[in-house]
Amino acid sequence: MALIYPTKSLESFPKHLTPNYKSTLKRSPTKPLMIIPHTLSELTGPVYGHNAVQEGDNDLTKQHAGEPLGERIIVHGQVLDEDKRPVKSALVELWQANACGRYVHNVDQHPAPLDPNFTGAGRTITDDNGYYKFITVKPGAYPWGNHHNAWRPNHIHFSVFGHSFVSRLVTQMYFPGDYLFPYDPIFNSVTDEKARNRMVASFDLENTVPDWALAFKFDIVLRGREATPLDNDDHH
Amino acid sequence: MSEITPSQTVGPFFAYGLTPVGRCNWDPNGHYSWKNSVESNLVTPDASGTRIRIVGTVFDADNAPINDCMIEIWQADAQGRYAAARDTRALPNSQFKGFGRSATDKAGLFVFDTIKPGAVPGPGGKDQAPHIVVAIFSRGMLRQVYTRLYFSDETVNAADPVLNLVPAERRGTLIAHKEAGDPPVYRFNVHMQGDNETVFFEV
Repeated sequence: MALIYPTKSLESFPKHLTPNYKSTLKRSPTKPLMIIPHTLSELTGPVYGHNAVQEGDNDLTKQHAGEPLGERIIVHGQVLDEDKRPVKSALVELWQANACGRYVHNVDQHPAPLDPNFTGAGRTITDDNGYYKFITVKPGAYPWGNHHNAWRPNHIHFSVFGHSFVSRLVTQMYFPGDYLFPYDPIFNSVTDEKARNRMVASFDLENTVPDWALAFKFDIVLRGREATPLDNDDHH
Repeated sequence: MSEITPSQTVGPFFAYGLTPVGRCNWDPNGHYSWKNSVESNLVTPDASGTRIRIVGTVFDADNAPINDCMIEIWQADAQGRYAAARDTRALPNSQFKGFGRSATDKAGLFVFDTIKPGAVPGPGGKDQAPHIVVAIFSRGMLRQVYTRLYFSDETVNAADPVLNLVPAERRGTLIAHKEAGDPPVYRFNVHMQGDNETVFFEV
């Protein structure tokens, strides 16, 4: 399968410099990025087999002696390329705050309780249909220091590998209807509304398990389109 | 056709999920209760070639080290072959994945133990100089930046097709400098902004 990676697709990404998100001011490139031809170095990427994860790595509710507190949820979906073809055997990693909005990370010291039964990290490999599934608890909103009274909407961090190193994606999954959306400079760093909505999971009643867990569906689309005969590895 | 999912920052709190075991091997007590999926040590028992260590610091606009970066590297083996389906050439180092991940520690330092890569074919079938693709993620970066690391002791750098696209006065930002050590150490500092701003690629 030959894929091309049109840079035009990147137009829905946030700009490196997004002044409302203050940390970007001193950490974003100021000189124009250089366009280079895609060589084998860009068009290949790490490959993971099913031995990269262990049974249960995708269940964040079973990593400790007891169950974490919070709303138990199923987060699932497909990893796809730009032609909607499944990306199989892709490593998907996630991390998140607990139900109170507290991360186990030692830098997060805001006054919300840690949960002794929750770390908040998981990983899985997509199946032949590009499908992945996690079981976790819904993360809480939490305060941050960007501006006065700044709060992040509920979100889960995702890290995904595709067919090449240029399709590598780190993103955040949000929950539908969050009242914090209008106030969050990170969510709004994606300036196109349709593109922003692609980071919002759908509530999925069909896959909700009665008496057990709500389900949310989150499809992730990575860069990469099927090459046409006119394309070659040296396209720009 | 589908539209791609936008990127968002890795944020400041990724370490317990993405780099949970040790911070860069510098802090033996800095472990979280999760397992690494990707190591900063790429060396495998079957990997032939010259073992090297890569160290560096990522600096912000004020020249302050960034202590919450995640660096990922992607490289060929010593024979210039990538461990990927698209690279159909034989793989003598079958266990060598060519992929590594390191957090920066409190001083902003990252470290990788790996093998010096061989030359990889480039545009028009012409060999590229040995290089490593580097992706940098951190708080304040809404998407990763990509750069390349070349080696100061490679004379073939002068003919590298990608390096030659870079204005001559900025090429130095892509060169890792060899220092004494066993294994040899290559230092690769990254400057996000400023007079020495590293060349980043739109790939």
